[in-house]
Amino acid sequence: MNQPTIKAAPTYTEFHPRWYRPHVSVYWWLGQWQYLKFILRELSSVAVAVFVVITLFQLRALRNGPEAYARFQHWLQTPLAIALNTVSFLFVVFHTITWFNLAPSAMPIRFRGKRLPDLLLAAPNYIVWAVVSFAVAWLILR
Amino acid sequence: MADNITLEIARYSPEQDAKPHFESFQVPVHKEWVVLDALNHIKDKLDGSLTYRWSCRMGICGSCGMMVNGEPKLTCATFLSSYVRNGNKIRVEPLRYFPVVRDLVTELTDFLAKLKKVRPWLIRRDDLRPTEGEFLQTPGQLDAYKQFSMCINCTLCYAACPVVGLDPIFVGPAAIALAQRYNKDSRDQGADERMAVLAHPEGVWGCTFVGECTRVCPKHVDPAGAIQQYKLSAVLDWMKAFVKPRGHQAVRRESAND
Repeated sequence: MNQPTIKAAPTYTEFHPRWYRPHVSVYWWLGQWQYLKFILRELSSVAVAVFVVITLFQLRALRNGPEAYARFQHWLQTPLAIALNTVSFLFVVFHTITWFNLAPSAMPIRFRGKRLPDLLLAAPNYIVWAVVSFAVAWLILR
Repeated sequence: MADNITLEIARYSPEQDAKPHFESFQVPVHKEWVVLDALNHIKDKLDGSLTYRWSCRMGICGSCGMMVNGEPKLTCATFLSSYVRNGNKIRVEPLRYFPVVRDLVTELTDFLAKLKKVRPWLIRRDDLRPTEGEFLQTPGQLDAYKQFSMCINCTLCYAACPVVGLDPIFVGPAAIALAQRYNKDSRDQGADERMAVLAHPEGVWGCTFVGECTRVCPKHVDPAGAIQQYKLSAVLDWMKAFVKPRGHQAVRRESAND
C-alpha cells in the first residue's frame, strides 16, 4: 500500500474509509492470565484422557493375568509414570475446579423467582466430589 | 497522589498512517477524574485532533469503551487514580478486534449487522394492536430477562472475546445475550426464529466459554451465562424436534431463509 502524503486527497468512500484492521497474534493467549487460564483449562482435557488411557491399560493388564499386572504396577513406579501421573493429576484438579465454578453460570436455578447464589449451586458439585473421592479412597486403602 | 500521569494514546490517521502508533501526553491527576476526563483535557488543551467517541459520561450510552492498559473499559468509569500506583502510566487503545476508523474510534457496522440478525425485538405471531390491551408481566417474569436487558451495546465484551478476534463471523456475546433477553421475555414468541441464527456454529456453538465477556461487562449482563444457557435450550430444542418434527422445523426453515 503506498503512503499517501498529507496533500493527497483521501481515496476512501463515505462508508468505507481506510480502516486499520488489527491482526490477532498466534500467541494471543500468552499476554493475559485470564486467557492463559482458559487455554490451560482446555488443555486439561488431555490430562483427563491420559488418566482414561492409563485406566484402560490397567484393565488390560488385569485381564492378562497376575504377571502382566505386576509388570504394569512396576511401570507405574518408574519416574516417567510418576511424573505423568502427577502432572495429569494437577491438571485434572484444575479442570474440575474451573468447570465446577463455571457450572452456576451455565445452569442458574431460580427459586421463588430469584436466582440462587452461585456458591449454593457450585457447592453440591464439590460435596459429591469429596464424598466420591473419600469412598474410593476408603475402598482402596481399607 | 502524583501531580501528573502519562497517557500513551494510540493514534491512527487513515490519510497518513499505515498502522497506529503511540503518542504520550502528560495529564494532571485529579481525584475525581476518569480516563475520559483526561482525553477531554487533551482534546481541549493539548491536541484538538484527538478523535474518540463519548456521549453521556455516566455509563449509560456505551460509547466510550476503549482498551485501558490492555483491558476493555468504559473510560467514563475508569479513574485515573487507580493507575497512579501502577507505574503512573495509562495506555489507551481502541477496542480490540474492531477495525479502527481513526485514533480511538472503532468501526461498528459488523457488530450492528450481527445484532440485527438475532432479531432483538418482541416478535408476536398474533398481530395484536396496542388498543387490544396490554401484556401484563409479573415481577418474576420481568426478573427472568431483566439482567440481559441491561446491555448498553458498548461492545467491551467483543473486545474481551478471543473467539471474536479469531473467528470474525461469530455472532458474539452481546448479540446472543440480547437474543436471550427477548427469548426469556414472557411477551415474546420469536424464540424459534432466533434459534435458526443462534443454534449454529457461528452462533452459540462458536463460544468456547472463555468467560471474559462476563468479567468485563460494566452492566453485569453475564453474556457468557446467556450463551451457555442458550446452548442448553438449543439441545433441548433439537431433542424436541425428534418428538414433534414437522411444525417445529418448518418455522426454523422459514426464518433461516430470510
